[in-house]
Amino acid sequence: MAAEKPRNQTIGAVRRTFQPWADPDKKPLIRFENVVKRFGDFTAVDNVSLDIYEREFFALLGPSGCGKTTLMRMLAGFEEPTEGRLTLAGEDISGIPPYRRPVNMMFQSYALFPHMNVLDNIAFGLKQDKMPKADIAARVEEMLKLTKLEKFAKRKPHQLSGGQRQRVALARSLAKRPKVLLLDEPLGALDKKLREETQFELMDLQMDLGMTFLIVTHDQEEAMTVADRIAVMNHGVLMQVAPPAVIYEQPATRYVADFIGEVNLVEGKVISASGDETRLSSPITPHPLRVSQSLGLKPGEEACIAIRPEKLRISLDEPADTSENCFRGEIWDIGYLGDLSIYHVELECGQRIKVSQPNLSRVVQRPITWDDKVWVTFAPHAGVMLTR
Amino acid sequence: MRKGLTWFNVTSIALGFAFLYIPILILVIYSFNASRLVTVWAGFSTQWYWALLENDQLIDAAWVTLRIAFFSSLVATVLGTMAALALTRYGRFWGRSLFSGMIYAPLVMPEVITGLSLLLLFVAVNFDRGFWTVLLAHITFTMCFVAVVVQSRLVTFDRALEEAALDLGCPPFKTFFTITLPLILPAVVSGFMLAFTLSLDDLVIASFTTGPGATTLPMRIYSQVRLGVTPEINAVCTILIAIVTVVVIVASIVTKRAENLRQAEERAALQG
Repeated sequence: MAAEKPRNQTIGAVRRTFQPWADPDKKPLIRFENVVKRFGDFTAVDNVSLDIYEREFFALLGPSGCGKTTLMRMLAGFEEPTEGRLTLAGEDISGIPPYRRPVNMMFQSYALFPHMNVLDNIAFGLKQDKMPKADIAARVEEMLKLTKLEKFAKRKPHQLSGGQRQRVALARSLAKRPKVLLLDEPLGALDKKLREETQFELMDLQMDLGMTFLIVTHDQEEAMTVADRIAVMNHGVLMQVAPPAVIYEQPATRYVADFIGEVNLVEGKVISASGDETRLSSPITPHPLRVSQSLGLKPGEEACIAIRPEKLRISLDEPADTSENCFRGEIWDIGYLGDLSIYHVELECGQRIKVSQPNLSRVVQRPITWDDKVWVTFAPHAGVMLTR
Repeated sequence: MRKGLTWFNVTSIALGFAFLYIPILILVIYSFNASRLVTVWAGFSTQWYWALLENDQLIDAAWVTLRIAFFSSLVATVLGTMAALALTRYGRFWGRSLFSGMIYAPLVMPEVITGLSLLLLFVAVNFDRGFWTVLLAHITFTMCFVAVVVQSRLVTFDRALEEAALDLGCPPFKTFFTITLPLILPAVVSGFMLAFTLSLDDLVIASFTTGPGATTLPMRIYSQVRLGVTPEINAVCTILIAIVTVVVIVASIVTKRAENLRQAEERAALQG
């Protein structure tokens, strides 16, 4: 890594206020309108409508086979939608072959041309545009500098490390300054440490270049780190499209809550709902549950409370107030991760819940251990009520 | 397990090689025989090689054979490569399995049948038999060998490379010549060489499809041998063996090197 460069002061300001999706007057750069893609009997993409805005870093997240790659390949032109419309900057791009689309893609396997050196790989796209030679040389030089590959210009792909190849692939796909850069699992082949480093580099790069990035990934941490907004997909359907914090703290469905991070799903029945509060009863605890949220549910209706493990509190002592929001149980398993510990607590009814707690102090007088009887509590605003 | 060679291994290898190569070795040795009698050794001499230069019939036949081998394998390489592309690329088209079956059928078809059917075809369409009919016949039967060799390379070809080229603005036709072809070239070259050697030593199909003025070298040799083996024939055969050996060795080196390079790349990729 080179020395830390001074931060462009405007980035913070841009990042803080960037949310074109909230502005109804803003025109999207990419628009999927009721897009369906079928392969024979299999529906890979099922009626997806999605707007992506200029300068956005957008992530498509989902398990393998959820249709996220197909969605991206339609934008690149490798697949045509079976139904629906796909527009780029207001222009319908269906039927335009991949070699005439102003988008470029970075492939999962990098797809570097093995018989060309780094220089020729990066220049390949520019040569197709019949750019003057001097301009090509200048642009390639710029790309090499941007990706810190100056020393490797004459090397062939097989003489490079995985990280270097990843940067060549990135430089090659950026060289033509596409309107949109598509990244298909771009960091999948890197080891964890390099991957995390590269995620931040990608974010800075995207900011500096002011380009629109669309990333496909199955790694939720990666999506959460880099993206302005995430679309969670499953079985070809968009489950939720929102910024990372919203996806995590206000998941729209059980599926999203469960897919992103760890979650405890507590099924319950509404006892009463008033103003912005709902009280529920649950078969897994004799104590009533209260959440500061109202979805306009009526008593007797079923709902589920999703609570993240880190938002539960665990203690050996009985809490002062046991009238609501508490579970009693026994420690079933402990996972010690260093910065935090994960406790699996078996409730009296037999169901297990996960609680995580930061290890704030190096020395604890009486650590919680196996078979301890514990109390688990949570605040009314810690849980999210879900009906789907 | 014991490594190295036991006496059993040594014997079986020796017997195997003897079985394969003693006849050829004898032929080569007797091509340097000074005597006119094939079976009596009378000292070393290269006179039969010089005598060959005087033998217009054999030289003509060799020239015909080389021309046929070169042009037929050239066309077979183009057609075979196209067939291999169609079979690996266009996943499901109507009649695909029939097409692939028909591509491979000539591999196992007895040559007599291939030759006879081609002869019947040429007779039926009233095509004058000669150089062109042998050329066509050789294209027909060597094409499938090229297709097999090229197809085995294409199966491991990463299509993302072509997609990357398209994505960067390179039209499909140009992509084939700048990306695909350079990368599969070793397989195409070895397919060409295989076709060349097959055409060079074909006797059966050529005999069926030839006509006046287009006698190939194997046919010439065969007809002369029926009148008695001459040392000249030994000399011709030695030259033929040398050509075939060189071509086969070059072909295997080309494929081997390409394979090694690819493996090195894969290893490097895994080590990251």
